[in-house]
Amino acid sequence: MAIVDMTALEMAAAVRSGDLSAAEVVEAHLGEISAHDREVGAFLIVLEEEARRRARSIDEAIARGEEVGPLAGVPIAVKDNMALRGVETTCASRILEGWRPPYTATVLQRVQAAGAIIIGKTNLDEFAMGSSTENSGFFPTRNPVDLSRVPGGSSGGSAAAVAARFAPLALGSDTGGSIRQPASLCGVVGAKPTYGLVSRYGLIAFASSLDQIGPFARSVEDAAALLSVIASHDPMDSTSLGAGFDATGLGAGVEGMRIGVVEEMLDGVSPGVASVLDAAISALEAAGATVEKVSVPAARYGLSAYYLIAPAEASSNLARFDGVRYGLRVEGEDITETYLRTREKGFGAEVKRRIMLGTYALSAGYYDALYGKAQQVRTLIARDFASAYQRFDALISPTSPTVAFRFGERSDPLSMYMSDVCTIPSNLAGHPGMSVPFGQAEEGMPAGIQVLAPALGEGVMFKVAMALEAAASKAAVPEWGKAAGAGGAA
Amino acid sequence: MSSDQISRDETLHIAHLARLAITDEEAELYSRQLSAVLAHARDIGALDIAGVEPTMHAVSMRNVMREDVVTESLDREEVLGSAPSSEAGMFVVPRIVGEE
Repeated sequence: MAIVDMTALEMAAAVRSGDLSAAEVVEAHLGEISAHDREVGAFLIVLEEEARRRARSIDEAIARGEEVGPLAGVPIAVKDNMALRGVETTCASRILEGWRPPYTATVLQRVQAAGAIIIGKTNLDEFAMGSSTENSGFFPTRNPVDLSRVPGGSSGGSAAAVAARFAPLALGSDTGGSIRQPASLCGVVGAKPTYGLVSRYGLIAFASSLDQIGPFARSVEDAAALLSVIASHDPMDSTSLGAGFDATGLGAGVEGMRIGVVEEMLDGVSPGVASVLDAAISALEAAGATVEKVSVPAARYGLSAYYLIAPAEASSNLARFDGVRYGLRVEGEDITETYLRTREKGFGAEVKRRIMLGTYALSAGYYDALYGKAQQVRTLIARDFASAYQRFDALISPTSPTVAFRFGERSDPLSMYMSDVCTIPSNLAGHPGMSVPFGQAEEGMPAGIQVLAPALGEGVMFKVAMALEAAASKAAVPEWGKAAGAGGAA
Repeated sequence: MSSDQISRDETLHIAHLARLAITDEEAELYSRQLSAVLAHARDIGALDIAGVEPTMHAVSMRNVMREDVVTESLDREEVLGSAPSSEAGMFVVPRIVGEE
């Protein structure tokens, strides 16, 4: 088997036993990146020299007989909204072009301590605002399964990197579905943990009450292994829960489990995705679970509440980009003009739209009717989920109502926002959710099943995910140069 | 006009509050797009949910305390190194207070 087709855990085991060196693993992935990333555009920066240096030091440690971490020698791609000291971190925004953080995010310290090798920083919708990676301030990322389509977003670069075999693992962030939706569209596994399970220290904030970092992988077991490395208490994040995640025993099966299919997440689902969901339901029943429809009525209002709450928080968080302390400055006559010009030049259209929407939702006269009401809806969603979880161990739905769409197909902001209709409610409730690839829907494109669980229910969520994975048909593997509109291999 | 319509002038005002310079054409476009999003959000405006407690945060927030111990902090030179302009350990910005 080619190195790049192995799972992360297989790579780590081979490196530990000496069957492979970390250097060989890194070179194999750098080779794929240099052969194909010109077509895909998953990375904003590839850290070739740094990755080679880390691989050498891991190989030397193993040669000396030292203990190495559980992910020793495994390349990982990191969404470029997580700070890595001394390495340009932009959030795919012109306003941060050239910024080198003076510190490293807690999650990145943890993956490095586990021996994983950061191979590059991946592309995203600017400041994680979008569902297609078309809003990157630099260039769009293409879906490795079909280069004429978007990879989803906002963590599109990370999802594409894992699907394209540029790395077996990646980190993304999920505010309204930004890990799960691209995972579904690219045919990989992606998980958003319970709010507070993973530290946000060093994650550049979009909507602080919703943002959560999580893993991408090609297998459920790999995603669980990465989550167990990054889940822990962090004194640097005041919302950190202090819980960890135990990745053992997840293959126990779903025999006797009660699983609900969320009715409110079936509206507008494409026929292909609907049949993928039907197949997943049959697979879970065949594995011994009871599957029934369940209503989570307030989930219907998730999209509306989200597009008031997230922009409101963003308008406040993004006030820090003012041209004073870091990033772009466009000098004006006075400080106000400097702010205005810097932000005009530095932010893209979607970021401006959301800042304005949030400013409006928070402004006098609308606060109670818009932002306040959205927060009440948030309470209703949590309440309705809680009552569903009295009857069910876990819930499922399609991750995205459709397969990956083509570039430019959703130029109207509202139609783009609809991509996240199934994923948003769990961010509002703070619950975990993940997407597991479950075969193909329209035109052979991958479709994922979303698994939802109550707060800190990652154990049951991963068990359901593993049962689905066992029953799923093989995910599509990119066939370089064959995809429509790709213009051939570079 | 119902409250889910944002006029062009209102859009310009919001943009200024958010310290975003936008052109008149952009104001037209954003006014249409923001109005469409707010029209969609009208569904929650119609909900009768008086008395429901708002949720600001999914986890119950509490003050986090720690011992008052001096620990390492960011390196000042490194931090100032990413500023567009700095001098004598400080950020340099354009004039803030008008003359006279």
